[in-house]
Amino acid sequence: MTTHNVTIPVEVGPVEIAQERRAPAPAQREVVFDIRDLAVNYGPTTAISGVTLEIYKNYITAMIGPSGCGKSTFIRCLNRMNDLVPGATIDGQVLYQGQDIYGDGVDPVEVRRRIGMVFQRANPFPKSIYDNVAWGPRVLGMKKDLDERVEKALTGAALWNEVKDRLKKSGLSLSGGQQQRLCIARAIAIEPDVLLLDEPASALDPIATTAIEELMHELKKEYTLVIVTHNMQQAARVADLTAFFSLEVTESKRTGVLVEYDSTDKIFTNPAEKRTEDYVTGRFG
Amino acid sequence: MSTLSPEFSLRPTGRLRRRRIVNKIMEGVGTLAALLAVAVLGLVIVSVAVRAAPAISLDFFTKPPNIFGGPGGGISSAIVGSILIVGMATALALPLGVLIAIYLTEFAPRAVAVPVQLVLDILNGLPTIVTGIFVYGILVIGHTQSAYAGAVALAIVMLPLVARAAQETLLLVPSALREGALALGVSRWRTVLGVILPTTLGGILTGGVLAMARAAGETAPLLFTSSIFNPAVSTDVSHALPNIPVLIFTYSEQPDQVLHEQAWGAALVLMAFVLVASLSAKALLARSQRKLGR
Repeated sequence: MTTHNVTIPVEVGPVEIAQERRAPAPAQREVVFDIRDLAVNYGPTTAISGVTLEIYKNYITAMIGPSGCGKSTFIRCLNRMNDLVPGATIDGQVLYQGQDIYGDGVDPVEVRRRIGMVFQRANPFPKSIYDNVAWGPRVLGMKKDLDERVEKALTGAALWNEVKDRLKKSGLSLSGGQQQRLCIARAIAIEPDVLLLDEPASALDPIATTAIEELMHELKKEYTLVIVTHNMQQAARVADLTAFFSLEVTESKRTGVLVEYDSTDKIFTNPAEKRTEDYVTGRFG
Repeated sequence: MSTLSPEFSLRPTGRLRRRRIVNKIMEGVGTLAALLAVAVLGLVIVSVAVRAAPAISLDFFTKPPNIFGGPGGGISSAIVGSILIVGMATALALPLGVLIAIYLTEFAPRAVAVPVQLVLDILNGLPTIVTGIFVYGILVIGHTQSAYAGAVALAIVMLPLVARAAQETLLLVPSALREGALALGVSRWRTVLGVILPTTLGGILTGGVLAMARAAGETAPLLFTSSIFNPAVSTDVSHALPNIPVLIFTYSEQPDQVLHEQAWGAALVLMAFVLVASLSAKALLARSQRKLGR
């Protein structure tokens, strides 16, 4: 006789949680981003509204939630990439180390110089592997010891050993996973404070995904990482803190809201909100 | 044993049959129209080549026209003049056109880009005789005809072609590439210079070559600006220089059989240049598209 136990106890959670994750104790928290009541509109449609949260130095913070809940919109606010979208308006405050990045006289170029970004689809430049990494530092005037800088960035992105003999080859000749690590190398070559990763592994196979995830654990020693992922297991594996976004549907309006933000442990094992529990246990989304 | 007598047939009958016939007829008419275009080009090339044949010789390319109209002489001065005028026109129109395209795709808000595009399209449709008389009024009256006035007129013809072609190429650059560069904290202009232009260079040059081919054959602007000249070889661009389109026009008006043959010969040279330019532009484009693709 067999029993079919289909309900998963919430205490166990749907995924195994890595050991090295840790939530910061309030005393250790060093706030990098203090986001207050953030709202983004694309023309007449509201993408997200009322988002308030803090992001801490040297931790990995994950944004999870169903498609269209505004998690990408949110992360793109953190280095003003939404400026490039025609018709996008941003309300609220994004304080980066105390300064509002949407404040008067703030140059988005200066913001992005400190807050790097890696995109969903690897987007290496049609240049050599070396120039992909060296171009940013060169343009920004960090020309001293360029070779060492390139090597350090490629090593930091766990790519050096694979490409050190073919630095002159095109960046486009690499595999998808390697291209994404090249983009990470490109981003860290200019030594930003924060690295934003917008679904960095969603177009990669499991092996390349594992490589990126292991890399993130290394990177958080030096950088503050914010990752958007639609893959809950990924959030559970890599993130110290997790924010769950969802869609609030009211009177034909669909708005992305922040439902719950807590340590990853808490979000996946004992969430405070019913909506979070439904999502992480797979009952919704 | 079952017999194959279904209640329906998969073979064409009735209306379907008629549709098939109409389809075949239209396919035939379309093919014929395409063949006609090919035939016209073939006919032009063959008839020009046949009539040009007696004029073609080494002297034809290396010697200037015989001043006293006697036998011998060639069109070297017109070749030199055309190269100079078209070269100067390209030097004017290419950078300006590329800058316009960069402004339209990378900087201009939509509300500005759309009307500017319309202006470029109107400029492209401007009859070249109008361009010619305009430059004549501005640069020739009160001065004299000159090669640079001709170059300005041709540059006006080339400008919208270069700008629109460059714009089409720039629009092909995936926005992910722009975002990747901007996310590094690099300014827009450095992004354009370091990532976007190198990626699109092939396509932009293609547009430049095609515009050059078009300008090389333009006659009306040069009739106003560079048609009264000393037939000797000269590189003095402050005076009118002999050039191929005007030479074809004036020689074909002469009563001399030798000059008629030379006009055909010059037409062949011009056509060969346009053909080679178009083909090399195609090759350039194919190369740059490979670069943009994976």
